[in-house]
Order: sequence, then C-alpha cells, then structure tokens
Amino acid sequence: MATTQQRMPASSSVDRATSARRPLGRRGDARAAALMITPALALFILFLLVPIVLAFALAFTNARLISPNPPEFIGFDNFSLLLTDPVFWASVRNTFYFAVVVVPVQAGLALFLAVLVNTKVKGAQFFRTVYFLPVVTSMVVVSLLWRFMYEPDGLINRLLQAITFDRFTPIDWLNEPAWAMPAIMFISVWQGVGFTMIIWLAGLQTIPVELYEASELDGAGRWQQFRFVTWPGLTQTRTFILVTITIAAFSLFTQINLMTQGGPLDSTTTVVFQAVRSGYQQLQTGYASAISLVFFVMVLTVSLIQRYLTREKG
Amino acid sequence: MSTMSITTSSTRPEGAPRGKRAGSRRRALTVTVLRCVLVVFFAFPILFMLVSSLKPDLQIFADLGSWRAFVPVGDVSLDNYADVFDRVPFTRFLLNSVVISGLTVALGIVVNSLAAFALARLRWRGRGLVLGLVLATLIVPFETLALPLLWWVNKLPSLEVDGFSLAYKQGWLDTYQVQIIPFIANAFALYLFYQYFDSIPRELDEAARMDGAGWFTIYRKVVMPLSGPAIATVAILTFLPAWNSYLWPRMVVQSEEQRPVMIGLQYFFQLNTSWGQVMAYSSLITIPVIALFLAFQRSFINSIASSGVKG
Repeated sequence: MATTQQRMPASSSVDRATSARRPLGRRGDARAAALMITPALALFILFLLVPIVLAFALAFTNARLISPNPPEFIGFDNFSLLLTDPVFWASVRNTFYFAVVVVPVQAGLALFLAVLVNTKVKGAQFFRTVYFLPVVTSMVVVSLLWRFMYEPDGLINRLLQAITFDRFTPIDWLNEPAWAMPAIMFISVWQGVGFTMIIWLAGLQTIPVELYEASELDGAGRWQQFRFVTWPGLTQTRTFILVTITIAAFSLFTQINLMTQGGPLDSTTTVVFQAVRSGYQQLQTGYASAISLVFFVMVLTVSLIQRYLTREKG
Repeated sequence: MSTMSITTSSTRPEGAPRGKRAGSRRRALTVTVLRCVLVVFFAFPILFMLVSSLKPDLQIFADLGSWRAFVPVGDVSLDNYADVFDRVPFTRFLLNSVVISGLTVALGIVVNSLAAFALARLRWRGRGLVLGLVLATLIVPFETLALPLLWWVNKLPSLEVDGFSLAYKQGWLDTYQVQIIPFIANAFALYLFYQYFDSIPRELDEAARMDGAGWFTIYRKVVMPLSGPAIATVAILTFLPAWNSYLWPRMVVQSEEQRPVMIGLQYFFQLNTSWGQVMAYSSLITIPVIALFLAFQRSFINSIASSGVKG
C-alpha cells in the first residue's frame, strides 16, 4: 500500500506525460502482456508441451535413451508387448489396489484429525503441529526409516510383541507378498495425512459458526451436526481432496524404489516404477513412453469419473 | 471471496460449539486421550530416528525391545554424524540442494507471477485460452512426463564452462540446470498468483497508470508489494517438492558435484550398511526443514490451506 500512497501526490507533475502516453493504450497493453508471459510460456512449451507430444510420438517408436540411431516408427508394437506383459498387469493391479485403499483411508483419517483439532482450545495448535511433522519429513527419509523399522527383528515387530506380551509372531513385512503393499500403504498414509488434514481444516473454517449454533438449538446431536452441517459444507473441499490425493496415489514410486524394488514376487511394483525401470534402467524410452501414455489415460479417466460423480447436482 | 483472504484472516479455526450436556466431561477426556495417542503415532518414528542417530548400531539393536529405543541413553555420541561427513561430501550435497531449490523457488516466483499478472490484470486476446490451457495441465502428474522428458533433455544443447572457454555439449545430464529449469514454470504457482492478483482492486492500476507508470512498474511497485501472502505460499509449496525431489535427480545426476541431499543417501547402502549413519544422515536432512516449518508454521499451514480452498 505504501508505494501507491506515496505515488499519488506526484500525479499532477506527470499529467502531461500521461496524456502523451494515452494513445498507445491497448497496443501497449498487448505488448507488455506478451513480454510478461513469454518466459513462462517458453518454459511450458519446452518442458511440458514437448514432453507430452513426445510421450505420444515416442510410444510408437523403438527410441532408446542413449543411441546413435534415430527412433524408428514401429506402430503398436510397444502396446502389444505391454498388454501381454504379466508384470505390467501386476503393476496396474497394484497401483489400483494402492489407490483404492489409500485414498479413502487417508481422506477419512485426515477428516477425523481435522475435526479433532478444530477448536480454539489451547494446545490444539500443538497437536496440529505434531500431526503435520511427517509431512515435512521427506518421503525418501520416511521410506528408509520405515524400512529399518519393518525389519523382521525391527522396531515394529518388537513393539507389537511388547504390546501383546509376546503372543504376536513377527512378520517380515516387506518380504511377504501379502504384507508388503499394506506396509507401504500404512507409511504413505502416515506421511501424507497431515497435509490432507490441513486442507480439511481450511474447509471446516469456511462453514459459518451460526449453522452449528442453529442446529444445536434444534436439538441436533454431534453426529447429526456432522451429517447435516459439516459434511454438506465440505462439498468443494471434498472434490479437491479426492482428485488430488488420487493423482498422488497413482504416482506411487519413491516408497517402492527405496523399500521393495517392486518385490516380493512383483507384489508392489507400480505403473510409474515400471516406466522408470524400462525407460531409465533398460534405456527403452519408446516402451517407457507407451507405459507413460497408458498411465496418463488411467489418471485422466479416473479424474474425469471423479469429477462427474462429485459434480454439483441440480 | 478470494482464496488467500480466507486463510490468512482465520489462522485459528472456529470450533464447533462444545456440548453442554452431562456427557461433555467424559467426551472432553476421550478427545484428549485420542489426541495424545495420535501424537505418539505420528511422533514415535521421528523420535526413534533422532535418538538412533546418536547410538552405535549395536546399541540401537540392543535397545529395540524397550523404551530405551526412544531415549538417548547408553553409548550416546555424535560419532555417526562425524562418520557421515567422513563418508560422503555432505556439505557439497547440502549446498547443491540449497542452490537447486533456492533458484527453483526464486525464479519460479518471478516467472509465474509475471505471467499471472499479465493474465489477471491486462486485457489481451487469447487470455482466456492461455489460462484454460494452464489450468488443464494441472491434471498431468510429473511422473507421466518424466521418461519422455529424460529423453528430451538428453538431446538439448548446453554450454559448459571449461576453464576459461565455453564448450558446446549435447545433453543436460549432470548439470544444475536440468534440476532447475524444467521446474520453474509451474501451473499451480501461476494459478495461485492469478487468484491473488485477481482479488487486488484494479483501481490501483488505474491510479498508477494516471501517474504514467508502465505495466512493469505497476507489477513491481504496486501489485507485488501487496502480494506477500501469495509469494510466501508459492515459495513454500514449490520449495517442499524441490527439496524433496527424488525421481528426477536420481535419473539425471550421476556425478557427485551436482548431487542433491536426497540422492546422497544411496551411499550408505553400498557395502556395509550402518543404520546409525543412515539415521544421522536422515536427521541432518530433516532437521533443517522441521526447523523451517516450526519457525514459519503459520505460513506453512496457510499456504497448504489456501491451495485447497477455491475462491
């Protein structure tokens, strides 16, 4: 504000200059706009648009990451190879499995936390801070820390034994096909739920307090208040959370790469992990682009379905 | 209402009114117990990491079965930290991460706010189309582009400083720029700026125009000084992914000189893994971010809150 107020008194002295500039008007606007938008636009074209186009183009070629030969067009070969690859199908199944469990659990637990700390009572701030700590801990650190804690004689097994007075039989969490994915889901929720909680909290704040007061006068109980005031008041927040954490869940990679490398028996391999494995480790850019394309279609379809299902009715 | 005004004006959320019935006492107790259980749930791994970083491996394993795992007792020292500095060029990694995320954030603020300014406050043809396209890209996760982008940056030309002469080389691998430039333009940051700029009264522009100010001056002297909250939001929301970035640097950086801290952890899994050292390294890269978070807690929370509530 200060700057504008300081500038005001100067207006009379530059009146002539202003009137001289006036005729430029709109054309000057367009030129300034072009100058301002060019850096961002150039970068978007170079690092967003080009890769998107390349994903489509390279998926139909035998392009390799490092190769003296230019890519050759090979039609749908990559896709037919992909669709007959059982590991790819396992990765699609695992990705959906992860998303179907993590999205509702994370959203639900986060809402529970948000309601739990959404008070003016002193100390609520402290709880919020602690619940948020895993969010500022990077996923790389979280993955390695939990990999250590998940070891057969690691902290988690020892804690579970202590709690159950040794009746619990230790589980090799990350090396058993049935347990590896749930173990990864668990830490993913643990790390991400604080972030989602903050977004729910922001949504809760937009609900007018008067609505709660009115419903209390009407004799509504806690659950009824939640059902008829809180839940309808969160429609927008709900859609936003659903769409964003679904996309994040589909993109699962870091935890897999650092904890299981897709194993045991491909029980934790994911679509992005497969894309990286073929495009980076095996240098098959063409094949990786085909996977990326399938992945993109997956994410797009699910997002559109979600948007359709959560659209504002009436 | 604009996005930012909601969240900046209401840092302390309004609570649902507390019940006045007989059971309210017991409910309050339940709530407190639940909150404390959850504190344990979210804090114990981090506490375990910090405590273990101070112990030799033998001590860590010996303490696993009891409360001692969470308390710095027994053979406690800073040896693991000393070993980390001996074993890897940690200072270099840290510097790399600071440079990479710092430049990504700073350049991102300038580039995205300039574009958002043109979109929000100037009238020109094609404005709606550009805005629509930018918003449409929000749905594309980086992971879908990573592999084609890897191929692409491998083809891009770059100039390399070789002593006192510049040498042309093909490919951006093993550089700082490959970790910075692709992440400067950011649709999400642009949109946050756009929303904020849209909520600043346009009369200010008019007044400044009357004074003979050009659009760049208005951007620099009028709009940006009023946009502190938006700048903080964008800074935080672009810093976290830049600092934590893993997939991309893992693929594009081989040499030690350009390696960020997150990739440096790999060193500890070659040959004999010492978990004490892994925990020390993990603590070293986590503590600065936790400290930043505690210092700017309000901004952190507000920025994340404002990313969700659409105006």
